[in-house]
Amino acid sequence: MNKSAKKTLQLLSIGVFCMFFFSFALVPLYDVFCEITGLNGKISQSKENTSYETETGRDLTVQFVSHNNEQMPWKFNPSEKVMEVTTGKYHNATFYVKNTTDKPMTAQAVPSVAPSNAAEYLKKLECFCFEQQFLSPGEEALLPVRFIFDDSLPSTINNVALSYTIFDITDRVDPEMNHLSMGTR
Amino acid sequence: MSTVIENHHDHHHGPASGLMRWVTTTNHKDIGTLYLWFSFAMFLIGGAMAMVIRAELFQPGMQIVQPEFYNQMLTLHGLIMVFGAVMPAFVGLANWLVPMMIGAPDMALPRLNNLSFWLLPFAFGILLSSLFMEGGAPNFGWTFYAPLSTTYAPPSVTFFIFSVHIMGASSIMGSINVIVTIMNMRAPGMDLMKMPLFVWSWLITAYLLIAVMPVLAGAVTMMLMDIHFGTSFFNAAGGGDPVLFQHIFWFFGHPEVYIMILPAFGITSHIIETFARKRLFGYSSMVWAMLSIAILSFVVWAHHMFTVGMPLAAELFFMWATMLIAVPTGVKVFNWVATMFRGSITYETPMLFAIAFVVLFTIGGFSGLMLAITPADFQYHDTYFVVAHFHYVLVPGSVFSIMAAVYYWIPKWTGNMYDERLSRLHFWLSFVGVNVTFFPQHWIGLAGMPRRYPDYALQFADWNMVSTAGAFLFGASQILFLFIVLKTVVGGKKATSQVWEGAKGLEWSVASPAPYHTFSTPPKVD
Repeated sequence: MNKSAKKTLQLLSIGVFCMFFFSFALVPLYDVFCEITGLNGKISQSKENTSYETETGRDLTVQFVSHNNEQMPWKFNPSEKVMEVTTGKYHNATFYVKNTTDKPMTAQAVPSVAPSNAAEYLKKLECFCFEQQFLSPGEEALLPVRFIFDDSLPSTINNVALSYTIFDITDRVDPEMNHLSMGTR
Repeated sequence: MSTVIENHHDHHHGPASGLMRWVTTTNHKDIGTLYLWFSFAMFLIGGAMAMVIRAELFQPGMQIVQPEFYNQMLTLHGLIMVFGAVMPAFVGLANWLVPMMIGAPDMALPRLNNLSFWLLPFAFGILLSSLFMEGGAPNFGWTFYAPLSTTYAPPSVTFFIFSVHIMGASSIMGSINVIVTIMNMRAPGMDLMKMPLFVWSWLITAYLLIAVMPVLAGAVTMMLMDIHFGTSFFNAAGGGDPVLFQHIFWFFGHPEVYIMILPAFGITSHIIETFARKRLFGYSSMVWAMLSIAILSFVVWAHHMFTVGMPLAAELFFMWATMLIAVPTGVKVFNWVATMFRGSITYETPMLFAIAFVVLFTIGGFSGLMLAITPADFQYHDTYFVVAHFHYVLVPGSVFSIMAAVYYWIPKWTGNMYDERLSRLHFWLSFVGVNVTFFPQHWIGLAGMPRRYPDYALQFADWNMVSTAGAFLFGASQILFLFIVLKTVVGGKKATSQVWEGAKGLEWSVASPAPYHTFSTPPKVD
């Protein structure tokens, strides 16, 4: 094999490795892209309070939706299904949750917003979805969400659905961590 | 004296005898032959699975197989036809033809060439063995969307992942070999813009393969990690996202569909040029069209997933980018038609397949344009209209071009002419079969029949029956193809070196059958 063939071979092999790692780089790139643009209903997970309260807000309706993933046996419901809110004001909502099994379990809630272009105007000061939930057998809890809609929410959006899907992650959590699971994320 | 020299010659330069010749060979012609036979075997196996699918769909209701087995047939049919039949057939043609077309003695990396072929039987052996495993073969469709292919998959999915890794490694090695050969071993005087179009089409295809096969490997590696190592790439519970899988898959998948059609463009250009007895119209525009198609293929992937809930701006971008591909493709179709215009055409079998390719591939292209219209796609998505579309571009597209190539070059490979009468019969049976099978699927798709189900509503019964009849006609006529090829290998009218009156190019300057070693000293190209 002559020199130039060897060089072509080396360059192509480097190309193959780069593309393999690029496929993994797509994972964070995709997350960052969705968070910046609010696509796919992804909400920024930061607790930063970037929106300040204002007095010039308008009214809109927020619907709360809860889902149980697969065989997740917990009871999981919003305390109120619908809430009238004002942009530029903090509001509190709660979700009722109960571990109906006889085993201690850990859960993770994953949020989503519809329509997805409302996601970037929704800020959460506090959310149970920031943390994992550990419940002993039969234990129940009220999980809080504290949120604010930015005043710049497009005027075409008058109705926002805030949905949470709860997942059983008991198997994925280190058993020792169960007791101090709050705030592991 | 002369006998001694003869023996000496055989010992060093002829093929080894016995079966080990095929295992240890590093000769590009031997490896090309291996690839082509392997691909034919896979074509028949994948075709048999298609027959199971069509037989079940002959009438509404469940008759022959269970829904679970139907899903396995559907998945394996797709995987085997894409990775086992079409891709290896094109690699086989590249092995046979690229060195002879550019005046090189062999591929640049002959041992790598041997390895990249011999990985394939193992990859597909593993994939097919999953049929006999507990829980059955993969049943999630050839697109293996997560979490269907991770959380809900049968245990055999791990074997599927391993076999995709192996076949990916094989195609990456094959394409590295093609590029190194084309970039470094062209005969003196053959500039890039003098290369035969089949060589150009393979150069571009090989670059596409190198860019996207590692991404496929990455996607299945992430699946493997989600299944066995507790990661959550595609699992929403752990912060992952199933839609991400579709993005990664189609970032691979869309260039992949051009990988399966670009070499067909090259083949068709050669055949039309030969039998129209005219120089190809617009050579350089053909090259630029293929390059544009290849580049555009990286920015259109999300048209496969318009319905996942993308913002308007993204849907518009992917719609327009997709429609833009029709421009270079149209250039190619017009160039082929312009080449035939006022040519003195004869209709030997390769030409019949090539003309059918141009007409039927264009029909597939038009239904692709219909699917590109985002609002309309919401209606067509996951219906039989999509099935009709991609079968039109893959069967009378890629597969017809491979058959055309086999008829066109088999006299050069075997030294014998094929049986013209039987091969025309094969063409007409295939042509009628393919249209009877897939054209009605446009209608039942527009009427709303969803794909990937073993059963359907009563109003689709008539056209499904027609479609199944066509499929069995097409399937049976491929047995005839096998017979014709075997007959040609065994004997037949001796072919001349040039074989076809209008044939041009270095591969026609060597004897038929092509000697085991060609162009040991490079020819001069002006």
